[in-house]
Amino acid sequence: MFKDKACIVGIGETPFCRKPGSGLTEMGIQLKAAVAALEDAGLEAAQIDGILPFPNVGKAEAFAASLGCENLRFAATLHMGGAAPVGSLHMAAMAVTSGAADYVMVPGGWNGYSGARVRETAANDVNSIPGGEIARDFYMPFGLTAPPQWYALMARRHMHEYGTTAEQFGAVALAMRKHAQLNPAALMHGKPLMMADYLASPYIASPYRLLDCCVETDGAAAFIVTTVERARDLRQKPVYIMGAAAGQPYPADEITNRADFHRTGLTNAAPEAFRMAGVTPADADFAQIYDCFTFEVIQQLEEAGFCKRGEGGAFVENGGIELGGHLPVNTHGGLLSQAHVLGISHVVEAVRQLRGEAGARQVADAEIGVVTGWGDFGDGSIAVLRR
Amino acid sequence: MSEQATPYDKPVPALTGLHGEFYAWCRDRELRFQRCTGCGRYRHVPRDICAHCSSMEWEWVRSSGRGTVFTWTDVVRALHPAFAAATPYAPVIVEMEEGVRLLSRVVDCTPDELQIGMPVEVDFQQVSDALTLPVFRRASVAR
Ligand SMILES: [Zn+2]
Repeated sequence: MFKDKACIVGIGETPFCRKPGSGLTEMGIQLKAAVAALEDAGLEAAQIDGILPFPNVGKAEAFAASLGCENLRFAATLHMGGAAPVGSLHMAAMAVTSGAADYVMVPGGWNGYSGARVRETAANDVNSIPGGEIARDFYMPFGLTAPPQWYALMARRHMHEYGTTAEQFGAVALAMRKHAQLNPAALMHGKPLMMADYLASPYIASPYRLLDCCVETDGAAAFIVTTVERARDLRQKPVYIMGAAAGQPYPADEITNRADFHRTGLTNAAPEAFRMAGVTPADADFAQIYDCFTFEVIQQLEEAGFCKRGEGGAFVENGGIELGGHLPVNTHGGLLSQAHVLGISHVVEAVRQLRGEAGARQVADAEIGVVTGWGDFGDGSIAVLRR
Repeated sequence: MSEQATPYDKPVPALTGLHGEFYAWCRDRELRFQRCTGCGRYRHVPRDICAHCSSMEWEWVRSSGRGTVFTWTDVVRALHPAFAAATPYAPVIVEMEEGVRLLSRVVDCTPDELQIGMPVEVDFQQVSDALTLPVFRRASVAR
């Protein structure tokens, strides 16, 4: 239990771009975000003795050497796809409260637009195939080759069982886009969206249309975790980690044979995180929900306990997840309309909200916020944060 | 004009280990799943051990070949270059009578004609000398 003993003390973010690309390597763009996080926290690189990098930067050693972390003593890489940043937040809290590290840097980012793109998955090297050997041997030969197709299978089943509608998926897309209009850094700032536009967008992998899919982006973000005691000497008001947890669906490595087809990593992780935090989903003033595709927001709202399973569609309708609704979700615009930087910007946005620095999109008097991560075949992570 | 056969250009499974054994049966036009000899449960995808009873004893048991459509997606825009000319096509999860599910395709109907619960039966599509894929057709009315 690390409730309220660890906190986030620094955040950093690069600009988000598509064409022509960041002009930096995937290591470089994450270093840029890390430097911004150090500056925000008022820390020196040499004080960072723990790093939890994304797999795409390679080993933490290289990241530490580039940044100047000469006292590295704790490093690990979670293989949870988009669930890794919040999973790393969980791990960082454990590390600093156990004494394994004093200050843990969690960077994340990529050249998601200009680099190797998800849509171009064509590798024969099993290590670079999302889903590994099972996907290679049992999915890809039949044309199931990419994440939107995997998750479309889940979305279709949810529509069948619970009557979830295309317009409810659209409500998620519209909410994210509306929030992006209040965020000048968002890629979709200045590009409002109407339901008719959403419904007219072409199918990619039904029931997913183009506008159900997040925006592939070049960009990076980073955050720094330390103990509450150490935070007292730092520049920013700390954001406390009330609870956090990670989880896996079962079986985690194979989508089709799940006895409970809708159970994800979050199904087990969320109750654990809320129990540690001593609050319920209803206590959250906002939630930043990993939104690789619209339905995953509905699914995670259900599995995290913000509503019952099957009620997620109704939950997101009628402005329910917009600012001013019962639970503002992805106030920065999310992966769908701000930028897809692997979910780490969801943590950054939660911190901004709890510091009261979210500008035009600030949730009034935000005290408690939830962040989730989702990756691979439904790995989940969640953190409950407070100001 | 030469009539050279075009080499099969889609992703193929590695025909080794237990995955290879599964496809070796398909090459003989038999859909077989592992059945645990300890507790009698079927499983897919192939694994070394039964997750229910920890038995490492199992046999390849021939499936009835009958199942129903559990869910599907209609791929309108290919996300892999090898499938660019194949769109629209629909990867389908089939729930077999034995209780296991597998990812495949229903080859005798368009994506628009698919429905959850639709009865289907296995067929086989030889794509090369080495590889035959298990695919499905709409189940014949009389069984
Ligand atoms: Zn068994």
